[in-house]
Order: sequence, then C-alpha cells, then structure tokens
Amino acid sequence: MNIIYPLLGLSIVIALLFLGAFLWANKSGQHDDMYTPSVRILFDDQPEEPNDQQT
Amino acid sequence: MNEQLNISIDTQCYHCGDSLPLSAFQADDKQFCCAGCKSVYLILSDHQLSSYYVYNAVPGASQKKKAAHFDYLDEPAIAAELVDYTDDHTTVLSLYIPAIHCSSCIWLLENLYKINPNITASRTDFPKKQVTVTFRNQQISLRQVVELLSSVGYEPLISLQDMVKKQQSDHSERNLVTKIAVAGFCFANVMMLSFPDYFGFAAFEQNFKSFFNWINLALGVPVLLYSARDYFISAWTNLKNGILNLDFPLALGIAVMFIRSAIEIITQSGPGFIDTLCSLVFFILIGKWMQQRTYHYLSFERDYRSYFPVAVTCIADGKERQAPLNELKRGDRILIRSNEIIPADAILLKGEARLDFSFVTGESLAVEKVLGEVIYAGGRQLMGAIELEVLKPVSQSYLTKLWNNETFAAEKDPIQTFSNTASKYFSIALLLIASAAGLFWINTDLNKAAAAFTAVLIIACPCALALSSPFTLAAVLSIFDKNKFYLKSTAVIEELARISTVVFDKTGTITNPEASGFEFKGTLRPEEKQMLSDLARNSGHPLSRELVKWLDLPALYPVNLYREQVGRGITGTVNGQELRIGSAAFLGISVKDKGSVVHVLIDDCYCGYFRSEQRWRPGFKELALKLGQDKDLHLLSGDQDQDRELLTPFFQRIQQMHFRQSPQDKLDYILNLQDQGQKVMMLGDGLNDAGALRQSNLGVAVTDDINNFSPGCDAILDGTAFDKLPRFMRLAKDAVKVIHMSFLISVLYNVIGLFFAVQGLLSPLMAAILMPLSTVTIILFTTLSARFYARKNNLL
Repeated sequence: MNIIYPLLGLSIVIALLFLGAFLWANKSGQHDDMYTPSVRILFDDQPEEPNDQQT
Repeated sequence: MNEQLNISIDTQCYHCGDSLPLSAFQADDKQFCCAGCKSVYLILSDHQLSSYYVYNAVPGASQKKKAAHFDYLDEPAIAAELVDYTDDHTTVLSLYIPAIHCSSCIWLLENLYKINPNITASRTDFPKKQVTVTFRNQQISLRQVVELLSSVGYEPLISLQDMVKKQQSDHSERNLVTKIAVAGFCFANVMMLSFPDYFGFAAFEQNFKSFFNWINLALGVPVLLYSARDYFISAWTNLKNGILNLDFPLALGIAVMFIRSAIEIITQSGPGFIDTLCSLVFFILIGKWMQQRTYHYLSFERDYRSYFPVAVTCIADGKERQAPLNELKRGDRILIRSNEIIPADAILLKGEARLDFSFVTGESLAVEKVLGEVIYAGGRQLMGAIELEVLKPVSQSYLTKLWNNETFAAEKDPIQTFSNTASKYFSIALLLIASAAGLFWINTDLNKAAAAFTAVLIIACPCALALSSPFTLAAVLSIFDKNKFYLKSTAVIEELARISTVVFDKTGTITNPEASGFEFKGTLRPEEKQMLSDLARNSGHPLSRELVKWLDLPALYPVNLYREQVGRGITGTVNGQELRIGSAAFLGISVKDKGSVVHVLIDDCYCGYFRSEQRWRPGFKELALKLGQDKDLHLLSGDQDQDRELLTPFFQRIQQMHFRQSPQDKLDYILNLQDQGQKVMMLGDGLNDAGALRQSNLGVAVTDDINNFSPGCDAILDGTAFDKLPRFMRLAKDAVKVIHMSFLISVLYNVIGLFFAVQGLLSPLMAAILMPLSTVTIILFTTLSARFYARKNNLL
C-alpha cells in the first residue's frame, strides 16, 4: 500500500498545475469579460469575394 | 425568416427600426428613416460589412441626433489622457460606447479593420460596453478613429470623469476570485484526504492517518494566511474602532479552528477541523463574491464633470482652438455651437442665446438671453453658435459650487444593515457561551474545558449567518436588475425597505420629457389644421416644431407673406386665408396667457388656442395613490407652479408641494425631513437634484436611457419601470423578512451544534457535516424564497 504516498503526491501536483493554470488565466484577464467570447465564436468568416481580389 | 424581414423593411428603417417618415430615404432597395442611418448603411455595404444586418434585424441605433464634433481630440494633452498605451507606431485606446447592445455591434466593432486597414485590431467588451482599438498612429489619428466609429453609428462617450475612472482597474475582483480558487483547491483536496477518517481507518492503515493529517494541515495554511486574510484584517480594524461586526466571530472561529487542529495533529491526538475550516472559508468567500457583483457599464458616482464636454472651442487672436475645460480662465472668449453645453459662467458677446436649463434648474421652458447678460454654466444652447466671455473658471461656476458643498465632501454614512446589527449581539452571546462552557469544565477536566471552549467558537462560527444576507440580497438585486432597477450595492435594498418618505422632482422625473403634447381648446376643421401645419412648418421655434409634429400632416399648401417675430408669433397667407398664431400680446387680443400657449386667428376670427402640456410618466397616478397609502409624498420642483392644480390630487397636503426650488433649497428640504426622523427617498434626474439625491437616505436617478448622464445616486431607475416602484419597495421589505428567517434557521443549526459543543463532545465529523449542511440550507432557502416573493410581487 506504500504506492499511496507517491500517488497522493502526484495527484496534488497535478491539481496544483490546474490551479496554477486557473490563476494564470485569471490574472491575465480572461475572466474579465464572461459574455463577449460566447457571441464572438458564433460569427462566420465571410467568404472573400472574387471581385475584390481583382480590383 | 425572409418573409419576416421583408415585412419589417416595408414599415421601418432598415438600419434602426424606427418608423419611416412619408418620404423615406432610399439606398439599394432598402428604406431609411433619416440621412444618418442611410449613410451608415452605405459605408457598411461599401466595405462588405452587410452581415451586420444579418445577425440581427434592425441592429443600428437611431442616427437622428447630430453627432458631436471631435476637434479637441487633436490636442495632444487631451489625447494623452485618453489612450491606454502609445509608442512611435501603435496606439491602444479604450472607448466607452453606450450604443453597444447586440451581437451585430460586437461583430461590426471587431471588423473595423475592413473599413480602415490602419486599425490593426479592435476588441469589444460587451458587459462594459467598451471597445479597445489598436491602430497605427502614423497613418490614422486618434480623432479619425473616433470619427470613424461615429460615422458607423457608434459614437463613443468621452468625458472628463470617465477618463479618470478608467484608470482604476478592477483588481480587487480578480483578487477575490484568486482567493476563492485557492480556498476551493484546498477544500477539495482536504475533503479527499478526510474521507478515510470519516469512515474509519483499518488497523493496517493507521500509518496513513498521520500522513493525511499532516497534508491537511499543510493545505490549511494557505487558506488561513491567504484566503481568509481579509477577515482577520477587517475584524482587527473594526475591533480597534470598537465595532463588533460579523467578521469578528468569523475570524475568531477560523483562528481557533486552525490552532486547535494544529495542536491535535502535532500531538497526534485527533484529525482536527481543517476540512471544516476550508469549507467555511470557501463558502463565505463565495457569498462575498455574490455581493460584490457590480454593473460595469453604469456609474453611480457621476458629477458635473461627466455632464460637461471634455474641451471647448476658444477664440484667441481670431483663431479657433480647442482647450481643455480646466485650462479655461476668466476673460477667455469661447464659442458655443448649437446643442453644446455652456461649461462656465460667462457673458454673452455675440449671437442669439436660447438656452435649455431644464437639466440644471428643472425649469422646462427655454430661456432667452440678450447680449451682455450673464449666462450660468450648464445650459444647452438651442439656436445657432454664440460667443461668450468667461467670467469664472469651471471649478468656481455657480453650478459646480454645489459640489463643493460639504454634503459632497463628507462620506455618506454607511447603511446600517441587519447583519451588522445582529452580529454585534451574536458575537457577545457567543463569547459568553464559550466562556461559560469552559468555566463549567475547568474544575473537573482541563482538557475538556479547552475542548468545550474551542468547540463552541468553532461550531458557532457564523458561516450560514454570513451567507444569509449576501445570497438573499444578491437574488433580489438580480430580480431588480431584470426589471430595470439598478442598485449601487446590496445594502441599498435594506435601506429601501425602511423608507418612510418619498420626495419627487417634477421635470424629467414624474413628467416625461419626450412625451410633451398639445391640447387644443376650441374648434378646428381638418382643412384649418392642414393650413396651420403648413404655416408652422416654416418656423424654427420649438413650439412650432412640436406643433407640426403633433398635427402630423404632410406638407400641402405653399405659404405666402410669411413673417415671424422670434419668440412671439408667426403670420402668413395659406390657401387664400390669413393665419396668425402666437402669444396674445402679439395677436393683439385680450386673453390671459398661462404657460406656453399658442393662440390661433384665421382671417381675424379667433379659433382657440393650443396649450403645450407635459404628460406624467405612465403609471404615475397609480404609483402616487399606492405609495401615498403608507408613505409621505413630497414634490420639489425647480419649475414654475403652472402644474400645481394638476398635481394636487396626488399629494395629500398642499404644503408638500414646493415650486421654484433652487438646488440648495432641495438639499435643505431633505435635511429638514431627516431631522424630523424620516427616512427619505429622493427621485430626481437632473444636476439640480444632485445635492438632494446625495443627501437623502436613498437617492434614485430616474432616466429614460440608462446610458445617458445621471447624477450621483444610490440607484438608477429606468423610466419604463417607473410604475413598478411600489412593488420594488414591497419586495425589499420581503427581502428583509427572508434575511430574518434565514437568520433564525442558522441560529437553529448553531443551537444543535452548541448542544454537543458545550459538553465537549463535538467530533470533527459532526462539524464537517453540520457546517456545509447549514450553508446549503441557507443558500437554498434564501434564493428560493427571494424568487417566491418576487413572483408574489409580480416582478418575475
């Protein structure tokens, strides 16, 4: 059962990585605007009009 | 979908959705209500940005109002204050744009580069109604960027105060989220490691026990030192000032919990209470976060600085120059164009001044001034351009002096909340019970005495209590929000429940500024109405224009021999008949004038008169009757008393209506009411109410467009929700009731816990169950009952 020790350590380290990722995201301002990205992702890219490139 | 679109195109403007005038503007096969909307459409279609109209039907804002001019943005000093970042090539600029309201707005504002490739990036923050634009400053100037935004219908709002505000970023909220994340992380891991202990270790697992406990203790340290730090600081500073608030028992409970756990774990005598500690901190931080939710796009702190423009046109040596307002000094010559605001007390030197002071004085009729007269700051010029000489700098003008009043210097007393009052007694009772339990055991068993003393402090740690107010109030706040009533903080709800007196401003608050209409006394045939409309169409006088709008007839007859005496009346021959309309003195008839009256003479035959009347906001009658049942209603108006008779039915006693009140009078009146022990709610809208709004216990700004300027206040009420006010007040009362009930529930839980704690029998498992159980009960109870009462009051 001694495997518990390294496993426990590992699980906490992994959890710490996620915590760190969250804190980093929070610090860089990712959670400042919780609404706009949800709209932004629904916009379609417009097809380039062929006339455009000729002129 | 397509069919629907076609129908709407036929009847409304393709850009903004307003109804079309008779001769609509056309472009491609689309119809527009005004030239502004059409030009926005043309710009967008020229740059292949027509998708703007695909994401939403009629996404644009009406372009009928004339755009402001942005010359002042060329001044380096002003520009430097506006930008976020700038170097030799790029500039980053954040702008507040009130018109942002839908997904099309986001899409267009993020595709600005298609219109001008020198804008390298633009990003919208929808909740804050902000756009951050990055552009090449060598190729395009700040002013051109703003003008580009303006040309596509997204005019940014730039004011002195908002510029300052922008610099204070919202770091405190991010910090709180970090604290919650740390507490949550520790809570989850501690729970994982505590579960084996709840179920009991087998004999061969005993060596894990102390290992798990040690990790628990280690995980408890960041929660104690980082996440819960604010509670210790707050409890300590409050204690120094002799205040016992809820933070004190919280901090005490947390500290005792940690110390006792540390001792138990180090001496290997027990598992400690680290699990309870982490869950407690995690939950109360979430409660705090719920309470701190703010409206980013609303400002409750506005004063005259956001009403005034950023810069004004100065004339020096025959040249026009843009000068920032604070550089304006005595003797400067300034140019005010139509629709601009006069920023400082000044003398009229040139031009015809016709000023709208309604926002400053509450007087709804425009004021005319002649050359050499002093004009006070805050008026809006309605006619052409005028030139003025500044008498006093902006900071010493009549209007701004109001802000130097001591009411504004002093911090408003914090609102007394229920949880603050209750926690005082709670803390004292808690300390008494803890010491009593400790003293009871001290002679028989010292260990048991310590255990009982600490157990009381731990189990009575008012977690549920600390959550009952935030969760109830946050739920009510979001219900208010859905009904277009925006509060500055949750504490305002409790204040709303206590209000005993309601004071109304008149102009703009109980009257609807947009919906003033006419009534005609006398008889007019349709033919005569048509002639009147044609005659009045020629005049630029506001009354004539309103008359034309009210009659709503297309132009038909040409007018001959048209003559106008400004401000008095107009004459002309229409369809062979002589029409004369205007004031009694102008027409030479002996009828008593009252207010804004337009008499009508057709071929020297008196037909009657039009009277401009202000309309009450919809629902005002019912509101006044309902509120009047248990509250004192007062009226304070800066206006003349022509409406006194109309208003008498709404106010119980005639001496509760006061007209011709200066801003200072209003403030003093509120003070006087408060001295009589009344809790006063003031409803106002203009700068003239700012003092009274600030002085009252609860200042509510009533506005038809929440993005427009509203003076500093505790709450902003959208004009369309005006009639819901009695229901809002009832819900606030119910919210306080819910807080009281949830307080009882949490005390009940505490009593159960205390029953075991005083006997020194509290096991960590019991604490770990009791604490989250009470928390979840409170969260469920408060949110559900807040919704229940909202439904009962018809607000959901």
